[in-house]
Amino acid sequence: MMSRSPFHDVAIVGAYNTVQARTADRPEMELLLDAMRGAVASAGLEFADVDGLNVTSSVQRYHSRQAVALLGGRPCWTGVDIGIPAVIEAAFAISAGLADVVLIATAQAREYTDRVKTAPWTRPSNEFVECWGLYTAAEFALIARRHMHLYGTRPESLAEVASAIRSNGARNPAALHYGREVSPEDVLNSRMVADPFHLLDCAVTCEGGAGLVMTSVERARDLDVQPVYVHGGGIERQGMAYMAPPVWDRYGHSGRTAARKAFQQAGLTPADVDVAEFYDPFSFEIIRQLEAFEFCAEGEGGEFVMDGRIRIDGELPIVTNGGLLSFSHAGMAQLLQKPIAAVQQLRGELPPVLTVPGAKLALASNGGAGALFCDVVLLGTEQP
Amino acid sequence: MSESGKDPAAPSGIPLPQPTELSKPHWDGCRDGVLRVQRCAACSRYVFIPQPICTHCQSDQLEWVDSCGRGRVYSHTTVHRPPRPEFDVPYVVAIVELDEGWHMLTNLIDCAPESVKVDMPVEVAFQRMSDRITLPMFRPAVRPPAGDPKVEGDTK
Repeated sequence: MMSRSPFHDVAIVGAYNTVQARTADRPEMELLLDAMRGAVASAGLEFADVDGLNVTSSVQRYHSRQAVALLGGRPCWTGVDIGIPAVIEAAFAISAGLADVVLIATAQAREYTDRVKTAPWTRPSNEFVECWGLYTAAEFALIARRHMHLYGTRPESLAEVASAIRSNGARNPAALHYGREVSPEDVLNSRMVADPFHLLDCAVTCEGGAGLVMTSVERARDLDVQPVYVHGGGIERQGMAYMAPPVWDRYGHSGRTAARKAFQQAGLTPADVDVAEFYDPFSFEIIRQLEAFEFCAEGEGGEFVMDGRIRIDGELPIVTNGGLLSFSHAGMAQLLQKPIAAVQQLRGELPPVLTVPGAKLALASNGGAGALFCDVVLLGTEQP
Repeated sequence: MSESGKDPAAPSGIPLPQPTELSKPHWDGCRDGVLRVQRCAACSRYVFIPQPICTHCQSDQLEWVDSCGRGRVYSHTTVHRPPRPEFDVPYVVAIVELDEGWHMLTNLIDCAPESVKVDMPVEVAFQRMSDRITLPMFRPAVRPPAGDPKVEGDTK
C-alpha cells in the first residue's frame, strides 16, 4: 500500500472553453483573455485570488511571465507544461504550498492559414520524416495498420469509434460539428486520407481557447462550486514525437505506465471508471488506449468498442463532449480540453443528453502512440 | 548547394533532409549507394535514427556500418491527402524492418499501393534527389530475404 498521494489534497474548481470555430474571427489574445476570465469566473473566484499561472498561446507564443504582468506583477508561481502535465504540475505546486490558486489557460487563432497544406501542427520538419511525405495522420496510421495485422482489427471498429464520438459532438451545441450526426457507414464512405484512416476518422481543425482553475481541497470547500478531485496522474514520454519510426512493438502500449501509476495513486482500477475522456486525434487511438490502459486485453480493443459499449448510454461512455473529432482541435487547447471535459461531465455541465447519470470517476488522457507520449489523469466527484 | 549551405528542395519541391554532423554519415552513405546505420560495438545492437550514444546500453562505442539494405514491411499506409501539394498522391509510407533488426521510415516504390502487405520482402532503392541528397526508398525484393526460402519467387 503506497502512502497517500499529495494530489488528493488538490481539486479542480473552474473549467471553461471559449467559442470553438474553424475560424474564430477573434484575435488570439482576445480568446486567451476570454479563456482566463471564463475559467476564473466558473470557479467563483476573481483574478485577485490567483497566485499561480500557466498561460500560453500557439501563434503569439504568449507565456506565463507576461500573464503575471497582467495581474499587476503580483508575485506568482508559474508553470511551464501543457495539457494534462500542466494539471499535474499545478497539483504538485498546490500540494507543496507554492501556490494557492492556479489558473491554466491557452488559446490558438490564425495558426492554420495555408489550407493547401495540412495544419501546421500535423507537419513535422525533421530529416527522417518530412521527405517521406509523413505527417500525423500517416504516423498514427502506421500504428493502426500494425495492430490490424497482428489482431485482425477491422475498419468497422474504427468507424464505430468515430461515429460514437461524432454522435456526442452532434448533440453538443458548443461543438464545431454540432448537429452533424455521422454513422459508421458515413465514416467508411468518406474519402481516404491515409489508410486505414478516412476523413471522418481524423480530428477537425479549429480555433479556440480553454481554461482551468485548481486549488487546495481546503480552499475549495469555501467556494460556491462543486469541486472535482484529483485522484491520480501519470506522465509518459518515449522520445521526440515524429522523428523515430512509430514501431508498434516499442510504442504500442504508450500510456500504460502512466495509467498504472494513476490508478495506483487512486487505489482504483479501470473497472471503476465511469467516463473516459480519451485523447482522440484519430479513431484507432481509442482502441489502442483501451488496451494500453488495461480496460481490455491486448488485441481486444476492436471488439470492445462494438455493440454500443462506448456510446453515451453504453457501459463505458467515451469522449462525451465530441472530442478532437467533433468538438475542437485548437493548437494546444485540445490537450487541456480533455480534463475540462471530465470536469464538465462530472459536474453535470454538459447538455443533459450527454450527461452520464451518476458518473463519479472520469479518466482523461493526452497524446498517443504515433506521438510517443501519453498522459493520464483521474478525476472524481468525491475526495479520495 | 545554395549560398546558405542548405540543399535546395528537389526539382519536384519535396523538402529534402538537412544533414547534421550526427546524421551526415547516413546521408553520405545514401549518396554513395550504401545504407549506413549505427551499430554498438559494446552490445552489438543497432541504433536508428542516429544518436550520440547507444540507446540500448548507453555506451559511446557506436560505429557506422553498412546494412544489407534488405528487410520486410513492418507497417504501411497509402497517403491520399498529402501534407503539402508537392507530394504526388497516392504514395506509400512504410516502416521497414531491416534484416539486421532495426527499423526505418521510407517510401515504397515500384509497386501498386494495393499490393503492399505487412511482411512483404523489400530492398533499398536509392533515389537521387540532388547533388547532396539521395533518399533510401524501398521496392519489392528481387532476391528473397536470407533464411526464408518459402517466399522465393514470390516477389510480384
